[in-house]
Amino acid sequence: MHETDMTKALILTVQNWWEAQPERPKISQVHLTVGQFTCVEPVSLQFAFEVQTRNTFLEAAKLVIQETPLVAFCHHCQQEYRPEIGVQYACPECRSPMEDIRSGRELKINRIEYCSDSAESYASNL
Amino acid sequence: MHQTFDAALEINLLHANQEGADHNRAHFDAWGITCLNIMSSPGAGKTVLLEKTLAALNQTLKIAVIEGDMTTELDADRLRQHNVPVIAINTGRSCHLDSKMVAGGLYQLEHQYNPSDFDLVLVENVGNLVCPAEFEVGEHAKVALLSITEGEDKPLKYPVMFQEADCLLITKMDLAPHLEIDVNRIIANVRQMNPNVTIIPVSAKIGEGLTAWFDWLQSQIPAAEKIASKLPDLTSA
Repeated sequence: MHETDMTKALILTVQNWWEAQPERPKISQVHLTVGQFTCVEPVSLQFAFEVQTRNTFLEAAKLVIQETPLVAFCHHCQQEYRPEIGVQYACPECRSPMEDIRSGRELKINRIEYCSDSAESYASNL
Repeated sequence: MHQTFDAALEINLLHANQEGADHNRAHFDAWGITCLNIMSSPGAGKTVLLEKTLAALNQTLKIAVIEGDMTTELDADRLRQHNVPVIAINTGRSCHLDSKMVAGGLYQLEHQYNPSDFDLVLVENVGNLVCPAEFEVGEHAKVALLSITEGEDKPLKYPVMFQEADCLLITKMDLAPHLEIDVNRIIANVRQMNPNVTIIPVSAKIGEGLTAWFDWLQSQIPAAEKIASKLPDLTSA
């Protein structure tokens, strides 16, 4: 359910950027990174994005979500490992607890891909 | 031909909530208030724990409660019996408190009371082991509750909540003789992902572990001299 709120936050952030652009470009893609060790479900996010962007400036935009795996670093073994979410978080080698998470907590709006309308009209005039 | 461009944003999806949480925390700090965010699944015993806490510490500390509930004021009404300010926030369809909702609660605290008089604000979050873990509200520490009836595997299944907690209360310990549950297993499962969390087994019903909880709670309040001045004067008794 919280994906609805997160999508609202996402759209507002993108809107702020868009409104700051003098030419109000057409946004084609919004790129997110969502870690697997977060409470966010990418499928729900996609659904919420589709519903909430209907009839808005983002109607034609595609949400591209890149998931990052949970990776922890074991200081005892001096190596990274992949905890098994729901099963085992301690280091599989030495059983040290998961303390240092190197990836998997990301919830980030990375970038926006857009076509410049002015560029388009210039091209069509050629 | 279309020409495509890239704009790098690199913004956290929750940055607006995070900014709001930092703003709330700045207010708490200015008022000399410690704020704890209390989270668990529905029915783990948050409200009864708060009832016992208010009953025990009401004389020593000046406490206010921000009570998140989806639609009712049932919990808030229970806590009001203890003569502390209880600010009820109905979250409606939302399954967690966010920093904006809590800011609304702080606005009430500021306009109906003198916030500098308070030592502690306890935020009782909506019963849910998933979403509240991602939405900071401006707290100084997170307290999670897990009742022993919920099963040993819950920390493994809802890891973010248990990984983020500063204190974990294992509740309903009085039921342990009637259940096939290994409390040490619960503790080991939590320690796998959060080795430094303070774990206190409690029973609000029979009082087990509550002294340890009150001690931990008071250890979170930095202004010791402020509290000492409010303690009942034992020497004159």
